[in-house]
Amino acid sequence: MANPLSEFLRSYLSVGIFVGLSFVLFGLLMVISWALRPNRPQAGKYINYESGVDPVGSTWSQSQVRYYIFALLFVIFDVEAVFIFPWATRLEAYGTFGLIEMFAFITILILGLVYAWRKGVLKWA
Amino acid sequence: MLSVILQDTPIPISANPVIETPEIVWSSLAPHLILILGGILLLTLVSLLRGKAPSWFHAAWTVVVAGAALGSLWPLWSRVQEDGPQTLIAGAVGLDGFSLFVTGIICVSVILSALLLEGYLRRENLVGPEWYVLMLLSASGGVIMASANDLIVLFIGLEILSVAAYVLASMHSRRISSSEAGLKYLILGAFSSAFLLYGIAMTYGATGSTNLVRIQQFLVDTVLIKNGMLLAGFAFMIVGLGFKVAAVPFHFWAPDVYQGSPTPISGYMASGIKAAGFAGFIRVFVVTFGGTYAQQWRPMVYALAVLSLLVGAYMALIQTNVKRMLAYSSIAHAGFILIGVTVATDKGTSAALFYLLVYAFMVTGSFGVVGIIGREGDGKHSLDDYQGLGKTRPGLALIFAVFLLAQAGVPFTGGFLSKFYVINAAVAEEQYVLAVIAMVSAVIAAYLYLRIIVSMYFAGADDHGVSPEMANPPAKKVPAGAAIALGIAVFATLWLGIVPDTVTSVANEAVARLVAFQG
Repeated sequence: MANPLSEFLRSYLSVGIFVGLSFVLFGLLMVISWALRPNRPQAGKYINYESGVDPVGSTWSQSQVRYYIFALLFVIFDVEAVFIFPWATRLEAYGTFGLIEMFAFITILILGLVYAWRKGVLKWA
Repeated sequence: MLSVILQDTPIPISANPVIETPEIVWSSLAPHLILILGGILLLTLVSLLRGKAPSWFHAAWTVVVAGAALGSLWPLWSRVQEDGPQTLIAGAVGLDGFSLFVTGIICVSVILSALLLEGYLRRENLVGPEWYVLMLLSASGGVIMASANDLIVLFIGLEILSVAAYVLASMHSRRISSSEAGLKYLILGAFSSAFLLYGIAMTYGATGSTNLVRIQQFLVDTVLIKNGMLLAGFAFMIVGLGFKVAAVPFHFWAPDVYQGSPTPISGYMASGIKAAGFAGFIRVFVVTFGGTYAQQWRPMVYALAVLSLLVGAYMALIQTNVKRMLAYSSIAHAGFILIGVTVATDKGTSAALFYLLVYAFMVTGSFGVVGIIGREGDGKHSLDDYQGLGKTRPGLALIFAVFLLAQAGVPFTGGFLSKFYVINAAVAEEQYVLAVIAMVSAVIAAYLYLRIIVSMYFAGADDHGVSPEMANPPAKKVPAGAAIALGIAVFATLWLGIVPDTVTSVANEAVARLVAFQG
């Protein structure tokens, strides 16, 4: 008689096999590349890789706190795009109701933008 | 396998050109719409006027908007009485006595908190519309939660409610403890929301719907042979909702958040947000799972109620910060309301509703007094700061004493009757142990409230070497808005204790019903 619990656990067995395989594959690749590659250490090779430019200064640097407001505004309009694109592709299907609904949505976002604008968030200075 | 799926399902571009849109009874959504539009309009108006609005304008607007939402409940109430509960927006939102009653509690809490906030913000030099906008939007989320007929709508309401509350908790920008409160509330709140959502997903997996009516119908029609997933869904949803109502053992955020938040906001959290959380609790568990699965979830809620009653009352005793005391006592009060939930009868529900209403008045009033005594910086909340208050500010001390005695459950206050109705509902279901535990908790908590009163009236200069005049210098006048709010709260607390019939008869008819959508 099949025990339902062991059946349940057996389906996890394949997950375990895959995890084990990934470790084996990783180790194998590392060993092969270690055996094949030439080994010539130089000081320049130990510098952090920064897309080809020599790194300058400390890693602790300040960034403008303003950027967080831009990030917030970006999120608002990013979400807007997420909703508007699917709506626009099926505009006819949603009919007048969908049109009004989308205008209500955009209006609320615009009012948020008005608030941000009057707060002076959009000024660069 | 994949190729088969791809071949067999062409994308139906013109198969169904018009998507059916639900019919919406806009007039029945009046409280929701008034609160949301009121909040958005306030933000737009004030940002367009840019500082030309007087400082009292925001609070006055908020009171008018919440008052209008409260007023819109009367015609809706008579509509429910005549035509019975209805379902709106394709069965996603329901209109019944229960949702209207909870909406009323939330509106009352917004009005009182807005009045208290006005003077507080002027004192702290933080005047701005954002507080009131966030409070109105948060309240609209609570109203959505109270009228949700669908688990997803419930979750959306909860998020609207909570996200605004996270910001409100951290709005006192100069107090570091306020930012701490906001951050703690955000992280733990997000965690608990995830639990709730996971519970909703499991319930959906077990029953095939997120609509409460269909879930209820499914459970009546079908006998689940393996109900493990449904029970796991119960457990997760109880964790999520238990967090929002601050029930032990999901209460750890409450003392820190209530203590750190701006004091009038703590009052709003303890009244409005708690009411919305309990609305969700009752709607999901008592109404939807009340019949067929009551035996499965009731022990869990029973344990929450007992733990909240005892741990809340005991932990409140050993605090020296009055705001923290009130936070722990609000956990004990949540335990009392959970008794009304766990008996899972209409009697229990109406007792819980009455309790929530009385508690809204008591707790916003208490936090209002604490906010005034906290003085500039909102930091004087130690028990020592209340020494000699009876001499230096007799009026304020008397009002605070009324609120504390009411919370302790002294007769002729609403606090006594609310406890009485809840225990009565437990006794009617023969839950004698629960009733005894509730009474023990009330006795323990009474000592706590008396401790504050003793400190106000009887502690003299000898105790700590601080003269009453030094601890509480004769202070400025209480701001007008706060005076009105405290007056209303005291009046309501006493009135509900002496002539409760008008409200209890309404609470008895405010039963929650699910109505199937006739599509």
